[in-house]
Amino acid sequence: MAQPKLSLKEKYQLMTRGLDWETTYQPMDKVFPYDKYEGIKIKNWDKWEDPFRLTMEAYWKYQAEKERKLYAILDSFSQNNGQLNLSDARYMTAIKLWLQGITPLEYYAHRGFAHVGRQFRGAGARVACQMQALDELRHAQTQMHAFSHYNKHFGGFHQANHLRDRAWYLSIPKSFFEDAMGAGPFEFVTSISFAFEYVLTNLLFMPFVSGAAYNGDIATTTFGFSAQSDESRHMTLGIEVVKFVLEQHEDNVPIMQRYIDKWFWRGYRLLALVGTMMDYMLPRKVMSWAEAWGIYWEENGFALFNDLSRYGIRMPKYHEVATKEKMHITHQAWSVFYTACPATGFHTWLPQPYEMDWLSDKYGETFDRFYRPRFELFGQMEKAGNRFFTNRLPLVCQTCQVPDFFTEVDNPMKQSVRHYQWKGMKFNFCSDGCKDIFVNEPEKFCQAYIPPQQIYQGNAGGARTLPEYAAWLRCPMGSEAGDYYSSDDYQNWLKWHGGKDTTPSTAAA
Amino acid sequence: MSVANDATHNKVFISFQNNEEARPIIESILEDNPGAVVSEMPAMIKIDVPYLLVVRRSTIEEKIGRNFDLQSMHINLISLAGNIEESEDEFILAWGPSGHSA
Repeated sequence: MAQPKLSLKEKYQLMTRGLDWETTYQPMDKVFPYDKYEGIKIKNWDKWEDPFRLTMEAYWKYQAEKERKLYAILDSFSQNNGQLNLSDARYMTAIKLWLQGITPLEYYAHRGFAHVGRQFRGAGARVACQMQALDELRHAQTQMHAFSHYNKHFGGFHQANHLRDRAWYLSIPKSFFEDAMGAGPFEFVTSISFAFEYVLTNLLFMPFVSGAAYNGDIATTTFGFSAQSDESRHMTLGIEVVKFVLEQHEDNVPIMQRYIDKWFWRGYRLLALVGTMMDYMLPRKVMSWAEAWGIYWEENGFALFNDLSRYGIRMPKYHEVATKEKMHITHQAWSVFYTACPATGFHTWLPQPYEMDWLSDKYGETFDRFYRPRFELFGQMEKAGNRFFTNRLPLVCQTCQVPDFFTEVDNPMKQSVRHYQWKGMKFNFCSDGCKDIFVNEPEKFCQAYIPPQQIYQGNAGGARTLPEYAAWLRCPMGSEAGDYYSSDDYQNWLKWHGGKDTTPSTAAA
Repeated sequence: MSVANDATHNKVFISFQNNEEARPIIESILEDNPGAVVSEMPAMIKIDVPYLLVVRRSTIEEKIGRNFDLQSMHINLISLAGNIEESEDEFILAWGPSGHSA
């Protein structure tokens, strides 16, 4: 019988073995100064199994083919004025939030992986991180290219860089990544490749991007799926690094468990924004946040942790809290966006009647009892010419930096707030999960740059009020911020459609 | 807290763009994995299988009538879950200690 063929893993190992060397002019600890201080013990880097198993030749070939497809579609989308075929211009708020909040994370990921791609002692891990750094740069670029077409037709797209360092809601994703990049190399890869990419990004890149297709946004669909196919390699890196570290030394288990607990919770809090995109910003609906959480976390995430249990890893702490909150957080977040939209770079609105019914259908009594009455009250205020805008700055969680709109898990009528005293200062948190993270690393998180505090200290161009702050953001009402139905986007949309309001009347196409 | 450890909570999945290039790959997977469940969403197809899913080069080649490099699957791949074991002939996603526990 013929000898069985080598697996790609074995083939790749044979090809790459011995490419690295022990340094002699300088000790290895000086060449790689960062990969020991976390306390992670690596006995043998040769046990690293490369997750990508791609030669550069194959990598360039397939990435080039993906790019050719992507740019052909972007071209045809823009040449055919694809923006006119969107379900409704309200949808653009999701895409503005993407460019302002998510695209910078791709660039952060590029920088982060380029950094750790230098810092691991093992050559296999370095190569994997360097390849991921290339992917991440591609994602930042393709997203900016795709959205540049929308910049010709809608507000909110022309100053994402300006907003990134100034807008309160963007400090949520920004602080998430800066926390990861300020950590050691093992924590960075666990946070981004494992907790964020493996466990959580499917929620953004699968149901939301499918929703983009459903709403006529072929540009976003194409870069989104093209990016996620890279992510599937990154997820493999994530699971590989976790298994490798766990197999190397039993002392690594509690360290990795703490990273997993921390980054599951941080990623989950960040995803409140994505949940809102799915439930409130897609005029035509694909699936609710609660349904997506059920599939991608409660089924697929549980499967992953069942697999990891043999290493002594348990489910992330507070995962059951996240599952209970799935019925609430998107409605709570949208209420904040609705009322705070004058100080943002996007527009918001109240759900249309067909959307209220869809939300009732998906969230049942939870929506009808706790959130429908709130939206109906806002609706009455709008009708009376008195649309409700919040006029003060919120309490923001010291860890996740989300305004504390969350409620107690078993009592949706009570705000969830936790406090902690440290070195004579009082810090506030939205949850036990966020408080635990601070308690583990107070020296890091006491330095968090919290938007309301900074505004009151005069570090937002001296703004003292919300209108002054909005002026500093360069987000005037109408063109950039405020209610959708008073916006330039809505007026233009009517003009382009012969005065016809295209708001769908059903959730299905 | 104990976690459900049944077939529902041990599914691997693979997901493709719903286009002509991916169609023979999807058909092959369904043929080679009798327990596969397909969910269609706009522009995307997700295939779930309890414990183990195999993509076989020979099945795809039979359908398209030419050679096929399994790595080119990446062009239309969206996402996946499971430990990966791949050769030139098979791409396997699996949960479990050996990666082949099903």
